[in-house]
Amino acid sequence: MRILAIDTSNEVMSIAVLENQTMIGELTTNVKRNHSERLMPAIDELMKDVSWQPEELDRIAIAKGPGSYTGLRIGATIAKTLAWTLQKELTGVSSLKVLAANRIPSSSYIVPLFDARRGNIYTGLYRYEAGELKQVEPDTHISAERWARHLLRLDEPVELIGQDAAKHIEIFREVLGDNVRVAPQKDHIPRASVLGWLAFDEQPLDVHTFTPDYLKLAEAEEKWRKAHPEDAGGEYVEKI
Amino acid sequence: MVRQDPYAKHYCKSSMSKTKILAIETSCDETSAAVVEDGERVLSNVVASQIKSHQRFGGVVPEIASRHHVEQITFIVQEAMEEAGVTYEELDAVAVTEGPGLVGALLIGVSTAKAIAFAHGLPLIPVNHIAGHIYANRLIQPLQFPLMALVVSGGHTELVYMEEDGNFEVIGETRDDAAGEAYDKIGRVLGVPYPGGKHIDEMAHQGEDTFDFPRAMIQEDNYDFSFSGVKSSFINTVHNANQKGETLDQYDLAASFQASVVDVLVDKTVRAVKEKQVKQLLLAGGVAANKGLRTALKHAVETELDGVELVIPPLSLCGDNAAMIGAAAHVEYKKGHKADYSLNARPGLSL
Repeated sequence: MRILAIDTSNEVMSIAVLENQTMIGELTTNVKRNHSERLMPAIDELMKDVSWQPEELDRIAIAKGPGSYTGLRIGATIAKTLAWTLQKELTGVSSLKVLAANRIPSSSYIVPLFDARRGNIYTGLYRYEAGELKQVEPDTHISAERWARHLLRLDEPVELIGQDAAKHIEIFREVLGDNVRVAPQKDHIPRASVLGWLAFDEQPLDVHTFTPDYLKLAEAEEKWRKAHPEDAGGEYVEKI
Repeated sequence: MVRQDPYAKHYCKSSMSKTKILAIETSCDETSAAVVEDGERVLSNVVASQIKSHQRFGGVVPEIASRHHVEQITFIVQEAMEEAGVTYEELDAVAVTEGPGLVGALLIGVSTAKAIAFAHGLPLIPVNHIAGHIYANRLIQPLQFPLMALVVSGGHTELVYMEEDGNFEVIGETRDDAAGEAYDKIGRVLGVPYPGGKHIDEMAHQGEDTFDFPRAMIQEDNYDFSFSGVKSSFINTVHNANQKGETLDQYDLAASFQASVVDVLVDKTVRAVKEKQVKQLLLAGGVAANKGLRTALKHAVETELDGVELVIPPLSLCGDNAAMIGAAAHVEYKKGHKADYSLNARPGLSL
C-alpha cells in the first residue's frame, strides 16, 4: 500500500511517502513560513523524487488536528481533495498522537502538547500498552494549569512532548514537581513518516464529510450556542 | 520508464475541441464549482450558500465561513463535474479565485484547485474575483470593446473601463463603504435580516423618496463614490426621530436611501460611458440583483446613451458563483497565464 502522509497542523510542515509502513521519502521543515505556498510544491517534488505518479497512491493520511486552524484546513483540503479526485482512501490521525509516537515504548504517560494561546494548550494523554501506543484520554483544549492539576491525579511520572512544551513547563513543574519531565529535543518535531506509519492501521474515513478536529468552536459560534442552548444547530448551508 | 508530458493531451486537444474549464470560487460565504465551455457556455454551476449560518451573527464570520467551505468543497466540485457530465480527461484547466476576499475562505478553493491540478496534470489558472463578476456577462452576451463595467457588491463599488479582454482600468471606486456594505449597515438599523440589500430593495418599491438624503460626490469631476455619508445621514435621521419618540415610515426610509445610492451610481456611470464612448455597459456584482438599480440603469441607457448596449446578468449570475470565474479564466487560458503549485490566496488583490 502506497501512502502519502501530510501534517501541516502547526509550524512544522512534514510530508512523507510510505510503502506500507516503510518510509520511502520524507520532507520536513521547521520554519515559520506559509503552508499554502509550500505544501503542494513539496508534495509534487517528493513524489517526483521517488518516481511515484499521483494515481499510484492508495491512501492519503492526514494529521487531522488539533492545531492551527488555517494550517489544519490547508492540509485537510489538499488531503481530502486528493483522496476524492483520485478515488483513494483517506485516513486521519490525531496530530498529538503523531507527536506522542515519536517516543519509544516505555511505561511513562506521554503528554503531547501544542500552544493554544492565552495560557491554553491542545493536549492529550497517551501511553504504550503491550508495545502499542494507546490514547488514554481524548485530545482536548484546556488551560495548561488545569491540565497539570488533572495529571496530578495520575500520581505517576508524565513526559511532555512538543516544541511548545518549553513555554508551559514552569506551570507543570509548579503543580507536578518531579513527576514531570520533558522529552528529548529530537522528539519534539512531528514527522509525517510517523503519521503514515500510524495511518497504516487506521480505518478509512468518509472523504466528503471529513473536516479537521479543531477541538474548539469558532468564537462567534461558541457565544451563539451559549445564548441559544435550545438550538441544536441544523443545516446552515444550502444549495441555491 | 517512459517520461510522460502531463500537458501533452491538452496540446493535442485544444485545436480539436472546445475548451472546458473547471472553476472554483470560495472567496466569501458561497462554496461554488462550475464547468464552463469556451468561457461562454455554462455546463454546470453549483452554489452552496452559507447565508443561514452567518445570519445568526448579522454578518459573515470568517472562521465559520472557512469551516463551512471545508465541509462542502468536494461535494460541490463532484456535483459540478457530474452535472456537466465531463471527465478529468476532457478538462483543459482548473481555475480558482485567488482574491480578493477572505483569506481563510480563499485558501480552501486554492488548495482544492491545486490538488485537482496536481492529481490530473491540469494547468492551474488563478482568477481575480472582480474580473469574474464582470465576465459573468460574457455568459449572456459576447463582450464588445471598449466597454464599461459597473461593479457593485458587498465589498466593491467600481467603474471599470476595458479596452480589450483581460485589460481592466479602474476609473472610479468607493472611497469608503461599498454600496452593498451600506445596504447591510442600514439594514441593521431597519431591523431586516442580513444581508439587508434584498429586503431594502423590496421595501423601497413600496415607499417614496421623501427624506432626500445626500447624493455624495455627485457633482464632483471624477468617477469615485462615497456611501458613508448617506449611511450616517440615514442613521442620524432614525436616531433623532427615536429620541423624539417619533416613528418614521420604514418604506419611505428605504426608498429614500435606495434613491440616493442609485442616483449616484447611475449618474456617474452615465458620465463615464459618455466620456469613454464605449459600446457596452455591463452591470456586475451582487448588488446587480437590485431591482431599483437595474430599472434605473435601463432607463438611463434608453434615454441618455443611444447606441450603447446594456448587459445585466440574470439573478443567478449576480451573486458569487464559479461559472463567472470559469468565464474569466478562459481569457487567462488563451493568454497562457498559469500559476504553479505555490499559488496562494491574495485577499487584497486588485484588478
